This record gives sequence, C-alpha cells and structure tokens, in this order.
Amino acid sequence: MAIKIEHLTHTYNPNTPFEKTALEDINIEIKDGEFVSIIGHTGSGKSTLIQMFNGLLKPTMGQVYIKGQDIHGENVDRKAVRQQVGLVFQYPEYQLFEMTVWEDVAFGPKNLGLNEEEIRERVAYALQAVGLGEEYYQKSPFELSGGQKRRVAIAGVLAMKPSILILDEPTAGLDPKGRDDLFNKLKEMHKGLGLTIVLISHSMEDVARYAQRMIVLYKGKVKYQGTPKEVFAHGDELEKIGLARPQIAYILETLKEKGMDIATDILTVEEAALQIKAYLLKRRDNNA
Amino acid sequence: MEHIIEAKDIVFEYYNYDENGEQKEAITALNHTSVSIKQGEFLVILGHNGSGKSTFAKQLNGILTPKSGTLFVKGIDATDPQNIWEIRKEVGMVFQNPDNQIVATVVEEDVAFGPENIGIPPKEIRKRVDEALETVNMLDYKRVSPNQLSGGQKQRIAIAGVIAMKPECIVFDESTAMLDPIGRRQVMATMKKLNKEYGITIVHITHYMEEAILADRIVVMEKGEVLLEGTPKNVFKEVETLKRIGLDVPAATYLMYLLNKEGFQFKSDVLTAEEVAQELWQ
Repeated sequence: MAIKIEHLTHTYNPNTPFEKTALEDINIEIKDGEFVSIIGHTGSGKSTLIQMFNGLLKPTMGQVYIKGQDIHGENVDRKAVRQQVGLVFQYPEYQLFEMTVWEDVAFGPKNLGLNEEEIRERVAYALQAVGLGEEYYQKSPFELSGGQKRRVAIAGVLAMKPSILILDEPTAGLDPKGRDDLFNKLKEMHKGLGLTIVLISHSMEDVARYAQRMIVLYKGKVKYQGTPKEVFAHGDELEKIGLARPQIAYILETLKEKGMDIATDILTVEEAALQIKAYLLKRRDNNA
Repeated sequence: MEHIIEAKDIVFEYYNYDENGEQKEAITALNHTSVSIKQGEFLVILGHNGSGKSTFAKQLNGILTPKSGTLFVKGIDATDPQNIWEIRKEVGMVFQNPDNQIVATVVEEDVAFGPENIGIPPKEIRKRVDEALETVNMLDYKRVSPNQLSGGQKQRIAIAGVIAMKPECIVFDESTAMLDPIGRRQVMATMKKLNKEYGITIVHITHYMEEAILADRIVVMEKGEVLLEGTPKNVFKEVETLKRIGLDVPAATYLMYLLNKEGFQFKSDVLTAEEVAQELWQ
C-alpha cells in the first residue's frame, strides 16, 4: 500500500474566528503502482489533502501511512518517508532558479550528498523521463516554453527518485500537445518505472483517459471513489458539485436522447467513434 | 464594422543576455503579424505555448510595444509609449492566475482600485463598482474578502475590476486555465454577456477548444505568424493541420473526423452535440 489515510480531519486556524475545516473524516487507500486522480471544485480540499501525503501538514486528527509507516508516529525517520513522495506543486516552473536546466535538476540530488557519478546518472534519468534531450542541458530554464519549464521542474522532483509522484494540476496552462506529451510521459513513468501517481486535475478529459481510479472530493469529504466509468456515471450529481463529464459523454447523451441505441458510459472520442460506427453499420444493414 | 484594433506587420523580439549583460540572441516572438479586430467582435486566439499569442495580446494594451510594424487601438498609435494610458483605458486585460490580480482585502475595494487610480469622482466610482459587480453576478459578495472566494469567483472580480474602467475591449490571457469546470463556465458566460449585451470586444486566448466554439472568429498562431483564420467551423475542420501544430479540436469535430476516416461521409465542420445528432440522422 503506497498511501493509506484513516479518519483524517484537518482544521485550519483552530479555535480562532478563522477556523475552517478543510478535510473531514477522509479514508483513502492508494495501492502501489496505481494511477489515481483526485478531482473536486476549488476549495474542496484537494491541495490540503496532497500536502498530507508527504507530511507537509500534520492532520488535526487521523493517521497518514506511507508505505505502511505512520508518518507522524514516533521514531519515524520523516526525512526518509518524504523522499519516497515527490510533490509537484501548481506552476512548479516558478520554483526554477538555476542558470542551466542541468544544474536545476541536479540541485536536489546534490543536497542528498550523492557523488558526482550518481548525480549525473540521476539528472540524466530525470531529464530523459520528462523527454528533454541533451540539447536542453545547458540552456537557461527561463528560455524555455511553459511546457518545457514545467517538465524541468518535474524532472527536479524525479531526480530524487520518489516511488510516489504527486502532481497538482500539472497541465494547467499547457497547450494540447504539451498536455498530451506530459501525460504520455507520466504514463510511461507509471508503467516503466512502476511509479505510483496521484494527480489533481480539473480536466475531466485527461482524468477519463489516464486515471485507473478517481477520488472525488466535495466540501472536504470523499464524495465518490471508483473507476472513471463508475464516477462519471454520476453525471448530474457531478455538475451539482462544480464538476463535469468529458465532452464526449454529453455528445453521446444527446444521441441517446434522440433515440440512438448506444452506451453512454464511454469516455474517449476514439471509443465513441467505434461504437457509433458499429451502430451506423447495423442501421444500414437493417435498412437494406 | 469599424476596426478597434489594427495590427500590421508587427515584429517583436525577446532578447537573451549572457552573464556580462551582453545580448546573446534574439528570439522572434512575432514575425510580421497582422490581425485586425472589429468593434464588438468575439475573437479567440489559439496556438501552442510559445507561438506568440500572449506576446501579441500584450501589445494590445501597451505592456509590450512592437519593434516594428504599426498598431492602432481605436485609431490611437499604440507603438508610441506616450499614448500608453490612453490605450489602457480602451483595452483592459484579465490574466491567468486570479490570485495575482487581486489587490484589496474587500471585493468592492478591489473593483474600485482601477477607477480610483484614474481619478474618477467617488460618486461615479460607487456607481461603476456596483454596476460592474452586478454584470459579473457578484454583487452579493461586495463586502466579502476575496480570499474566501472560489477561483471562478475571483476571476469574475478581476473582470469586474476591468469593467469598472469601462474599456471597449477586454483581453483574456488564458483566464480560464486555472479554473474548475464550473468556474470556467461562469467566466465564459460572463465573457459572452459582456460581448452580446454590452458590445465589448473580446479577445480570448485559451487552450480549451470547446471555449473557442463561441467565437465569431478564430486566429491560430504558429511561430509568431497567423497560420489559420476564420469562423470556428472553418478553422476546426482543419483537424490535421491543428493536430500537427500541437493543438486540438472540439470533441464533436474529432468524432466526425474519426468516423470519416472509417469511410463515412459526414460534414467535417461539426462543432456541437446537436450538430452531431443532425448529421448522423441524415
């Protein structure tokens, strides 16, 4: 089990006029090697929750286990636990600061006290994982495009070799290709490196396409958990809590309303095209 | 219709400097870009990161000025730094991150910040603030602290702050990128209202193809140049060109594209679920 959260409640500014309960009785399990997505409206508690995953916040109540270890327990090497969890914040490119891409990614490993050889190996590994070739090594990170900068920042986290990678809105502001590239890289890392990935996203299209499982937060509580198909089946309720379904789901629903006999729990355009094709061919045969 | 913005042959370069402050290289962000925008138009600009769309948008209210070419905003020469305040009264701008645009601790004070700074009399400010908040449907929140608002609400406050300046044109530079689905919908609805009911010219930069459907016209930028230009129907039917330059098309358009690749012969310029249904029932 990569992450296990039990009866977690978190209150900001307790016993003050600004007291606010951000999370209430959260119970979550994320298995090793899973690709999980957390969705929820602004203020639903997503960002508070992911800060629990590496102990940046200490919950008011409840337990957080990383790889079976209670990270707030006594005699726990918190630093070692944190190294297992790589956290990529929103707009991570704002945290770039070195003169070159290479130096920026090397900053973390250097601080771990690794030798030159290991540092070089890790930086090369991380930059390769995010798809930045040698031609970028000596560039200033500030000369790069938004999508590239973000990949440098993610490489900086990967160079720490975490087994769990948590990303908060990694594709916000990226163009469709930048978004697809990044997701494909994440998918590769997930498969090839066996990383556990937890992703916060507002893009229902991306979540539907890439996540194995979803956790939906609403006002600090877990509203739904399940596969994308299961979660997106709650169409109207999702709308009520500030979310939506992938565009293709609305198209299929319209078609169904007009009398087309097709499944509406399809989440990608490619799948939908196959379904519709089958339907149209059948209709043609029946008419013939 | 009269043109509110006339950009001809604009060239803009970013410079990189080495440690000694010597210019190392120049990157051409806008390469002889010409775009004219009609008064009252709803224009969407698409393009991948680094295609020059934000750089173009920033010329429109004088945040950046072109190296060469001509740019007129309501007939005023925007390449002359002396006209910058004139230009900014005509063209307002809403950015990506709502948290970076809010300056005050109370919503109505935040909206009043702009008009105060250009010396509008207090009575008029009051009126403008209330009207602006009403326009974005946030009047009920006027005494609330912005940090209690959702992303979509904050972005609407930022919009109200711009409206209170009474600009004729508002540029939205990826203003929906950080919002959840509902927040995005709210901001899009606000944009549409400003355009249709108040006649404000809208320039919207986005990576969400579904939002671009609402435009009167789409301009697609690539390498600092205008690659495609036309109505959403005309632009989005170029599925392969758009994919090649790293963009996307709306789900409905892509669905038809895939079906046509399977041998069907549907119209390729379909944008909405309704239009899909109509095509399939032919």
